[in-house]
This record gives sequence, structure tokens and C-alpha cells, in this order.
Amino acid sequence: MNSIAILILLALAGLVLILLAWVAGAYNGLIRLRNQVENAWSQIDVQLKRRHDLIPNLVETVKGYAAHERATLENVIKARNMAVAAKTVGEHAEAENILTGALKSLFAVAEAYPNLKADQTFLRLQEELASTENKVAFSRQFYNDSVMAFNTRREVFPTNIIANLFNFTRREFFEVKEEAQREAPQVKF
Amino acid sequence: MWEQIQANRRRSAVLILGMAFVLLTLGYIGGELLMPGAGLLGVGVALVIWGIQMAIYATGAQSLLLQGAMAREIQKEDSPRLFNVVEEMAIASGLGFIPKIYLVEDPAPNAFAVGRTPGNSAVIVTTGLLHRLNRDELQGVIAHEIGHLKNRDVQFMTLAAVLLGSIVILSEILWRSLRLGGRGRSRSASRGGGQAQLIILLVALLLVVLGPLLAQLLYFACSRKREYLADACSAQFTRYPEGLASALEKISRTPLTVSFASKATAPMFIVNPLAAAGGAGLFSTHPPTEERIRILRSMGGASLGAYEAAFRKTRGGSLIGPQSLRDSPSASIRAPSGEGPIESNVDVKFISRRALGYLRLRCNCGLEISIPEGYEQNTIRCIRCGSTLPVPSVVAPPLPPVASPVSEATDAAPLQYTRTHKGWESFRCACGRTIQLSPSFAAPQIRCGGCNRRIQIV
Repeated sequence: MNSIAILILLALAGLVLILLAWVAGAYNGLIRLRNQVENAWSQIDVQLKRRHDLIPNLVETVKGYAAHERATLENVIKARNMAVAAKTVGEHAEAENILTGALKSLFAVAEAYPNLKADQTFLRLQEELASTENKVAFSRQFYNDSVMAFNTRREVFPTNIIANLFNFTRREFFEVKEEAQREAPQVKF
Repeated sequence: MWEQIQANRRRSAVLILGMAFVLLTLGYIGGELLMPGAGLLGVGVALVIWGIQMAIYATGAQSLLLQGAMAREIQKEDSPRLFNVVEEMAIASGLGFIPKIYLVEDPAPNAFAVGRTPGNSAVIVTTGLLHRLNRDELQGVIAHEIGHLKNRDVQFMTLAAVLLGSIVILSEILWRSLRLGGRGRSRSASRGGGQAQLIILLVALLLVVLGPLLAQLLYFACSRKREYLADACSAQFTRYPEGLASALEKISRTPLTVSFASKATAPMFIVNPLAAAGGAGLFSTHPPTEERIRILRSMGGASLGAYEAAFRKTRGGSLIGPQSLRDSPSASIRAPSGEGPIESNVDVKFISRRALGYLRLRCNCGLEISIPEGYEQNTIRCIRCGSTLPVPSVVAPPLPPVASPVSEATDAAPLQYTRTHKGWESFRCACGRTIQLSPSFAAPQIRCGGCNRRIQIV
């Protein structure tokens, strides 16, 4: 009689231990994914900042060859300043879209100046900006992938119990409006 | 991605434990056979062989490989576009660090990754690869190599290769000593318990013959699986499977084999560097290239799930674990970038020469002359126009007349070099070392890497 009670107690204790181990595992998994999301976000930030830092140099270089393309140059500067001032994820996405469009029209204008196109500094800046744009896109891709993995994990059974218990909130995607990028929008203030 | 690493790690642990078990059992049975009661001694011998092999790999294998290949680390100024491609893929994969980049002068297009820790991780590309592939193709190749780094394939394949080597060595030793000691044992067997010993002997023989074979099959199967996985990662990182597919096609079509590759290093390359035709079979480190291309081209998206579907359709069986598939987002294929080769044939040669320490000089007739380190004369004759050119070297600035001509004083006097143009420029230090100045170099002085003296740049 006594030994059966002990056995049942032991089994219960074992079950509780297994449950605790699972809770710990699920919790740690969620934390790891959340950290990955945050790291990915800071990587986007690094690349955006680099892009903002490159633009004044580019504008200076272009001014040397094509000073009377004032409107285009001013658009780039304005778009850059707006992007620097952006706060929320949504604002960031919109400002960066406008900046991408402004840069595209700047590079289109540069096509008309053979001397500018042959300038070593300009070529290097062009490659750096193009690559920084790729890096922004790739870090956004990694961020969205991480958010996707995190959100899925947060919602599926049984990890959703842990997620709700410890208040893991849903993360926002970094969306880009494809059309906005293609048509190189006019910046109006 | 992390889930995939974890699933990989579990599978790898099982495989490594299995191989270690084969090795130690081989040691035990061998010991018992050669000298009854010496089973543990045999295990000890097996462990010692393993330890020695491990130590050799851990200390020198990577630097030996890089030295043997004459691989030189290059900096961002050498090839900004190549660096950007690597940085982009490191970001896309969430690797967390940027691997170093080495360049090897070899016309055969190929690439591989090395490194067990973030600090010594590197991607190595050949000059042939750089001027043959366009940006999208190179991106696919680099993403494949970064996939290897992300999945910790280098660590795992090194460990597996060491175990495999130890098993092969041990079974070789056993095989030889069994043949030599065969007569001695038949005498002891007749003394009693003959049948039991015969069975043990048979099992041992089976293990000695089959053990290494089995281990090899496992090793190669694992190597091939990791190639497929790295392909899947490449498609996911780049969102453009066609880039890698077309790169693989170009690489496998080039009838050149990499001169510095060996059997031991073959699993690290993107395409088997030894078999020009991409040989298939159970004892191959890489899956058949045509099959890899077919899988990549039949992908309906760019996610791990799309690769899994294409893999099932083309080859059958499954590759990626269910958890990674669930976490992997759906992703569509992007449009090609349309950019051309990273570097031209001529540029890539100069980058490689620069990394190897050549001094580059342009004659008035337009000929580019490369002077290796160790050339001692102060002038060189142009082989095209025959004019004699001075080798650009540092000069000591004119000393004030009161300066005493003591050797210490001349040693301390700052050396000086006057720049002639704004592009890449190289000159010789007083100690004979070649110093390269990049177009973006703007500091007032530079330290010589050979004698550590400061040189003023004017």
C-alpha cells in the first residue's frame, strides 16, 4: 500500500519535472527567436545609417559635375533628412521608399554626364550605395524571416500557452510597397 | 535557420558517436584478438590514434591548406564588389560576423569555406571564379559557402574526416597483424573454447573489413547531404536559385581541375575539384552537379520548403526537418540583377599579384610590369620598349648638414615616399618589402609590414 503511494508520487514528480523541462525549453526557444528579431532590426538600422552617411558625399560629388540639377539633388537631400528623422517601423519603411526613388532619379540624371560617370569617387559611391541598398534589402529579408518564425512559434499550440503566459507580443513586419519603389515618386513638402 | 542547425547538430552527434563507437569497438576487439585480455589496451591505442589525428587537424590543417593553395587574404580596397557580395550574404544569412576573404590564383573556377570559429572563418575564391561569374552567380556561390559556415559544416566534416581516418588506420593495423599472427592464434584456439573464439574472429574480421567501408559510406552520404542543404540555404539567402544553378553549370563545364585540391580537402569545395565531370556514386563527396542544377531550376519559390519540394520531385526522399520547414517563411524568387562579372580578367590578375606582394609599375609605353619581392636592383628594363625604369623606392629625406653619419641616426631618420598618382600605387621599402597604397589611402604615413619603420607619404 505504502509502496504504491510512493510509486505514484514518484511518477507525478517525474511528470512535473518533464513538464518543467518542456516549459523551460519552449521559453528559451521563444527568447532566442525574439533576440534574433531584435538583432535583425539593429542590423537594418546599421545599414540605413550607412546609407544616410553615404548620401552627402554622393551629392557633393555630383554637384561638382552637374550643379544645375538642383531639383534632383534637393529631393535626395530632403528624402534623406526625412529618413533620418523617421521614428516608427512604418515611418521608416515609407521614408526609405521615397529615398530609394529619389536616388534612382539621381542616378538616371547622372547618365547624361559622361565625365561624372567616369569619376572614380562617383563609381565607388555608386557601388557602395547599390550594395548598401542590397544590404538593407537582405537585412530586411532576414528580419521578416525572423519575425515570421517568431510569430508562428508564438501562435502554434502548445508554445502559444507559454507565449501568452510570459507576454510575448506579436512583432511587426517591415513591409515595402513594391509599386512605390518602381515609379520613383515625387517628393513634395 | 537556427532550427536547422539544431536538427543538424543532433544528427551529427549521432553520426559522430556512431563512428566513435565503431572506432573504439574496433580497438577493443583488435586488442582481445591479438592478446586475450588486452581489449582495453586496444581501446587506448584507438584513442591515441584519434587524439594524434585530431591534434594535427586542430593545429595546422587550415593554415597548411591556405598556404598550400598560396591563398592571400585580400582587403576591401582590393575588390570592393567581392567584399560587398560577401557582406550582403553574411547579412542575409544572419551569420553574425563577416568571414575573411582569400584569393587564390588558379584558372579553375571554384570556392570553398574554412574555419571552425567565427574568428578564423574564411571564404576562399579562385581568380578563375571571379572573372567567369556574374554578380548573381557569384552571390549564389558565396551564399552556398556561407550556408556551410552557418550550418557548421566545416567543424563537422573535419571531425568526421578525423574519425574516418582513424578507423581506416586502425583497421589497416589490425588487418596486417591478423594476417601475420594468424598461426599463433590457431594454436591457442585448439586448446579449448575453439568455437567461441572462431565466432569472435569472424565477427572481428567482418568489423575490420566492413567498419571502414561503413564509416566511409556514412561520411560521404553526410557530405552529399550537406551540399544539398547548403544549396537550399543559398536559394533562401539570395532568393534567386537560378544564380547558383547557372554558376554550377559554368563551373562544371570548365575542363580545369583545381591544382591545390586533394582528397582530404575536396568536401569543402562548392563543386568537387577533382572530378571534372562531377562523378556520382556512393563514394563521392558531392552529389552529381546536374542533379543539383535540376533541383535548383525546378524550385517554385526561394524558401527551404520550395527546395524540399523540388528535392522530393527530382530525387525522392526528404532533406530538411519538419521544424525548419514550419519556421521557414514562403518566399518568392526575385528578378535577376543583370550585373556583369565582379572583376575583369585583367583586374583579377592584378588583385592577385598585389596580394602576393608584387610591385606594379607602368612603363611610359603603357606596359604594366610586375616585380616580385626580393628583386634587388634599383632599375628594371621594360621588355617591350627597352627603356630603363627606376624601381619606385623610399628615400631618406635630405638630412640637415649637422647630422652625424652614425648608423643609428640614419636608422631613426624617417623614410619618405612621394606619391605620383591617385590610383593603386606600390613601392619598395628599404628592407625590400613591397608596400601597396590603395586609392583611398589618405594618412600622412604608413608602417612597413617587414621592418616596422614609419614611412612618410607625401
